[in-house]
Amino acid sequence: MTLRKYLVLLSIVAFGSIGDTFLARGMRDVGTIDIHHPMHVVTALANPWIIFGTLCLLGFMTSYMTALSFADLTYVLPATAIGYVVMAVLSRFWLQEHVSLQRWAGIALITVGVGLVAGGPSRTEHPPAPATPADVEAAQERP
Amino acid sequence: MKNLYIWLCIFVTVCASTTGDVLIALAMRRIGDLGHFRRDHGLLAVLARIASSGALFGGIFFMAVAYFSNLVGLSWADLSLLGPASAALTFVANAIAAKLFLHENVDRRRWFATIFVCCGVLLLTSS
Repeated sequence: MTLRKYLVLLSIVAFGSIGDTFLARGMRDVGTIDIHHPMHVVTALANPWIIFGTLCLLGFMTSYMTALSFADLTYVLPATAIGYVVMAVLSRFWLQEHVSLQRWAGIALITVGVGLVAGGPSRTEHPPAPATPADVEAAQERP
Repeated sequence: MKNLYIWLCIFVTVCASTTGDVLIALAMRRIGDLGHFRRDHGLLAVLARIASSGALFGGIFFMAVAYFSNLVGLSWADLSLLGPASAALTFVANAIAAKLFLHENVDRRRWFATIFVCCGVLLLTSS
């Protein structure tokens, strides 16, 4: 794993958490969507918070696709869960919020999970497909 | 009744998100490392290669379904319920789907990591 690859994982964390927060803020403005008129969710797309949230999620998708091009899905998902820890630590030390013992336990579990997966290989190496009789013949014909 | 709708939204979000994740992971594995490909062939070749992937567009479609289902869910429930429930269930569903469909080497280390993260997210956000 190079620095560039860690930066890609970091951008997944940043875009994902900021995007989700913007969407939640926007849906608070839009209000409850009636189950009988689910298409009213389309009107939410005009809300500025929803627009910013969606733009962040586009950034998230780009980083996510880039990460999946060099690492396994079961590596990328737990590795990017560190975002939950960052948000909790920021809320404790920057926003001076109270973080309960239960939350610290959650932070510890996520940190252990991220440490476990980050210490292993990022990509499953699939063995090359066995040679077919046609491949063997072609290899023999080569000078 | 509202609870049923909320959990229905969570179910749809988890299923659509997992299907989308698996399809996107499959497409990106076929395409190869974007960083190397861009260095060797340029940005336009990367975009052309991405645009020609059917699995990728299938994945994006399912991610869009998950996005709208999440939006509808957010109009009924708080992010503090919807976020952790969807995230924790998606972690587990993705590990199973990656093992079954992508044949990833989900060894003991990755299972433990998935379970630790899943429990951690639940603890962190349910308090």
